[in-house]
Amino acid sequence: MNQQQALYKYCVGLGDDALIQSYRLSEWCRNAPILEEDLALTNFALDMTGRAQVLLSYAGKVEGAGRTDDDLAYRRAERQFYNHLIMELPNGDFAFTMARLLFTATYEYYFFTELKNSADHDLAAVAAKTVKEVKYHMAHATDWVLRLGDGTEESHNRMQKAVNELWMYTHELFATDPDVAMLRDGNIAVDLAVVKSAWLQFISRTLTEATLAVPADGYQQTGGAAGIHTEHMGHILSEMQYLQRAYPDATW
Amino acid sequence: MATDSQFALWEVFIQSKPGANYIHAGSVHSSDKKMALQNARDTYTRRGEGTSIWVVPSDAIVASNPDDNDMLFDPSNDKVYRHPTFYVMPGGAKAI
Repeated sequence: MNQQQALYKYCVGLGDDALIQSYRLSEWCRNAPILEEDLALTNFALDMTGRAQVLLSYAGKVEGAGRTDDDLAYRRAERQFYNHLIMELPNGDFAFTMARLLFTATYEYYFFTELKNSADHDLAAVAAKTVKEVKYHMAHATDWVLRLGDGTEESHNRMQKAVNELWMYTHELFATDPDVAMLRDGNIAVDLAVVKSAWLQFISRTLTEATLAVPADGYQQTGGAAGIHTEHMGHILSEMQYLQRAYPDATW
Repeated sequence: MATDSQFALWEVFIQSKPGANYIHAGSVHSSDKKMALQNARDTYTRRGEGTSIWVVPSDAIVASNPDDNDMLFDPSNDKVYRHPTFYVMPGGAKAI
């Protein structure tokens, strides 16, 4: 993989994280516990869709084959998506969704804070905008994890179960994809070790404050960087890409 | 009247720009202050409506009784001299 191909894959991976996470949060539309939360979650989904659009457009430009953001979102096969697996897991209950959002938004906050210093000016610009958005997602999720973790016996148990189930998917966020390792040399890609240490510190402090146990590291599930997904990804794409697959180039 | 099952009610006031009055925007449900502020932000300021938000528990608001409207508001209707309408506005004065 040359530098250009690596940058394409890096941008697509970031775009896919936002796109697939947005899809999952959108599923809460009309299903959230209260109307205000419904608005909050779909509002986050819109932030992520906007981010996906910019990143996939840029990826298409880097690739230089004339593919648009829509082409990349709606006409790639499952094996060509490079999002982290944690983004595609089903929503579960509200505790699971909030625990996931805490993990991913905290990761994104520290990741994009680092990416602001990227030598790639387009990525740095996306990062500067994204940091403001994900800081709010992170605050929202943190408050809910504290409320539910340190809430009733039922809410505490559900939150702990969610944290435990998600833990094995968090390691992948900090695993460097060998295909894009060269981007570190040009100071384009982020140093994930820095992100990991900040993430772990914030998450440990938050879980402890929420009277939740920080899970012990065990089996670590990976696969996103190789395009190998969970069984849930195909279902997402079959719904998300239905229109373009059934009626290619449809306009209205 | 049906019991509201979605947390307590809070009233939301939005300031559209620094220095402007806070205007009542509506209400949100919330179990605490922080959630009230976040819900107000997500419900009422998604399209650039504001630069600052106040949230107040609805039960902290004291409202006048409509039955008292005669006593409270009618006496001001026929006293036109209470209003500073007999002055000429200086040309350069804005927003008075």
